[in-house]
Amino acid sequence: MRPESESQLVEALRDAGGPVEVRGGSTRLAWRPMAGDVLETGGLSGVRLYEPGAQTLVAGAGTPLAEIEALLAEKGQRLAFEPMEAQALMGTSGTATLGGVIAANISGPRRVQAGAARDFLLGVRFVDGAGTLVSNGGRVMKNVTGYDLVKMMAGSWGTLGVLSEVSLKVLATPPVECTLMLRGLDVAAGVARLCAAMGTPYDVTGTAHLEAGLAGAESLTLVRIEGLPGSVAHRRHALLAGVCSGFESVEGEESAALWRAVRDVTPLADLAGAVWQVSVKPTDGPRLLAALETAGGRGPAICDWSGGRLWLVLEESAAAAARLRAEVAALGGHATLMRASEAHRAEVPMFKPQAPGVARLAERLRATFDPRGILNPGLMAAMPVGVPA
Amino acid sequence: MQMPQPDPRVLALKPRLLTELRAVLPEDAIIEAPAELLAYECDALSAYRCPPLAVVLPRSTEEVAAALKICHALGVPVVPRGAGTSLAGGALPTADSVVLGLMRMTAVLETDYANRLIRVEAGRTNLSVSGAVEAEGFFYAPDPSSQLACAIAGNIAMNSGGAHCLKYGVTTNNLLGVKMVLMDGEIIELGGAHLDAGGLDLMGLVCGSEGQLGVVTEATLRILPKPEGARPVLVGYASSEIAGACVSDIIEAGVVPVAIEFMDGPCIRACDDFSGAGYPDCEALLIIEVEGSDAEIEEQLAVILEIARRHDPVELRESTSPEESARIWLGRKSAFGAMGQINDYMCLDGTIPVNALPLVLRRIGEMSRACGLDVGNVFHAGDGNMHPLILYNANTPGELEKCEAFGAEILKLCVEVGGCLTGEHGVGIEKRDLMEVQYAPADLEAQMAVKDVFDPKWLLNPAKVFPLAVSAPRREGDLRDVG
Repeated sequence: MRPESESQLVEALRDAGGPVEVRGGSTRLAWRPMAGDVLETGGLSGVRLYEPGAQTLVAGAGTPLAEIEALLAEKGQRLAFEPMEAQALMGTSGTATLGGVIAANISGPRRVQAGAARDFLLGVRFVDGAGTLVSNGGRVMKNVTGYDLVKMMAGSWGTLGVLSEVSLKVLATPPVECTLMLRGLDVAAGVARLCAAMGTPYDVTGTAHLEAGLAGAESLTLVRIEGLPGSVAHRRHALLAGVCSGFESVEGEESAALWRAVRDVTPLADLAGAVWQVSVKPTDGPRLLAALETAGGRGPAICDWSGGRLWLVLEESAAAAARLRAEVAALGGHATLMRASEAHRAEVPMFKPQAPGVARLAERLRATFDPRGILNPGLMAAMPVGVPA
Repeated sequence: MQMPQPDPRVLALKPRLLTELRAVLPEDAIIEAPAELLAYECDALSAYRCPPLAVVLPRSTEEVAAALKICHALGVPVVPRGAGTSLAGGALPTADSVVLGLMRMTAVLETDYANRLIRVEAGRTNLSVSGAVEAEGFFYAPDPSSQLACAIAGNIAMNSGGAHCLKYGVTTNNLLGVKMVLMDGEIIELGGAHLDAGGLDLMGLVCGSEGQLGVVTEATLRILPKPEGARPVLVGYASSEIAGACVSDIIEAGVVPVAIEFMDGPCIRACDDFSGAGYPDCEALLIIEVEGSDAEIEEQLAVILEIARRHDPVELRESTSPEESARIWLGRKSAFGAMGQINDYMCLDGTIPVNALPLVLRRIGEMSRACGLDVGNVFHAGDGNMHPLILYNANTPGELEKCEAFGAEILKLCVEVGGCLTGEHGVGIEKRDLMEVQYAPADLEAQMAVKDVFDPKWLLNPAKVFPLAVSAPRREGDLRDVG
């Protein structure tokens, strides 16, 4: 199925006889294989409205991300949440779509300062599992009219409805970026510096620590600042004199390349094993890594978001996955299985099992918006009864 | 504005309700004497009043859960209340409801500067959250005008904004986690000290749900390091068209001021008379504030002032001292008081796309002349969130109704040009009956279906947000067994 319009999308879902696998650009085919019909969103494409002076963009959900970014760049603007291009890590070759990025709430290093994809999402139009077209939010930046189904849809991975159109807030791209970097810190010391940097008034827009072996033989600790030239000069000076003493500084393309690697997790791409994305509070990042190290079987990690998001490689075993989920649960947070072999995905759910009360609400929401359980069944929760795998 | 008739079966339950509440709550947590109930008969939308059946003021999440469990079992509606500062009637009771007030839950539970967060009980006031962390150089960013009084619980319920959200976002962008109680008394936790949901973003759904999905008792909030400094400039223009074009150009130039506030002619004159701020007599005034070190401020202002001058201002005033900065803000911050001195007023809250500003202001002026009620406009121009203040005399029979009808026309205009009914105040009862202007039946059905999931009996703040006729089948449904 490849609907070319909202009305075709409505028809496709209303008439669907069984499970439907929703695909944007197919750059993150990470979940367990599904036997359903494939629904591609690529036909729901095109920019509907772009007003640089209002920082607003409205586009079809199937619009390629690259097309959006090129359009924004012409006006000196960008998607500030810095969405990842997942192809290298996932070993896929597709083109990411705007709807896919939103459906998975994909945010890059700048999320730590600017907010996540969901924070820039102003409005959605989607068709739910019963084939009903729903609109929520709009194209203005402040909107509390009714419930915020916009947030509900961001990160729902196509399980509540298929996005047809999204409205986004876009921001200006600052003229200058600069990265302060230091080699050789252990992860605890690196994360401590990153947390301290985020506690300064210097508007740091990226804080990452790459363990030894990922960007050279020694570890690499990175702090990014962006802005007007005078502002960046002031902040660099202040940081180097304080929490980033001893760091060296790089600018321009050299700086940008470092953050593209962190954003796209390319240093982990060629490592064997399961790739996990873990969200904990930043100071728990090193604690978790230490605990996993004691248990064995972990590879080097990228600590993005000051240590609050870990990209890490684990051996593909149910025991290692269970140990990780138990450690994360004890700290408070969640671990998502991003890349694994089919066999491993069959034994380990992609998402963290939720507390019973929360799971019940999520299950009832899914039943409300997808009463037949046809949308990406089994992706976010156990396979509903009666739906073939 | 109509409210549903109280259910006589629920009114008859009062003695049993009180007996059951007293069995689980301390005596001083329950208010039922008619004179004392009057304190809870309205919020800041004071044109509408109705004392509730009873008020409970719990001191813990467990007490909230115990009270809700009883109300749930008896089928008694519950109206959650933070500090009662809602301008939309979000905390307006019905005669058959229990008001559940959080004002005794104000503790700071945890501050964590390395992870930039604070965990508080949700009855704590907005400003005192910043107060708890300011000694360490931090602040909590969302700053609604009522921040001295309003509670975090209400901020979460309404997804409150403020003057500085152009840079820092609104409540939902600064909320990390909640502990909340569902209507049946179940306690759940959503989010936490970490970022982003590990499943569906239920916290995103709860924020801005106007107390209809659950009662938030604890919140984990993002705190930010305070900027090194801030400085406003004041720019006056001969027309709102010119001021609107200036705002758009500043944003397109890539400088993000922390606030761009806009006042129109009637509002400028009223504020100046009231506060003696020394504003120029012109048709449009912008207050643009930027943050950073002195050098950073100068660098940003150079860009902004170059754009402002290009649009031929009638006055341009750069602050050179904290006293001058305070004077520039003085009139704006006293806008509501200034308008209130002239007459009673109704404050609207629609948002429009920034480039529709001149058109909308012109149409509001035409409508104002046609209906004979004056309007002053003051608003957050950077994000298009308008606050037209319609002046009327509450003692003149029929004038409130005339004012409400005028307000409804303005909000319809906001939707017509691509905006929405409410940017930060919430729907409450005030905009409830206009929801069908913005949303198709299927859109409203989808939202109500979410309430079905969290509160199947529709007992939490049931007469709000959705048009009464639309929500009636659910509010009066079979699930609503009483007694």
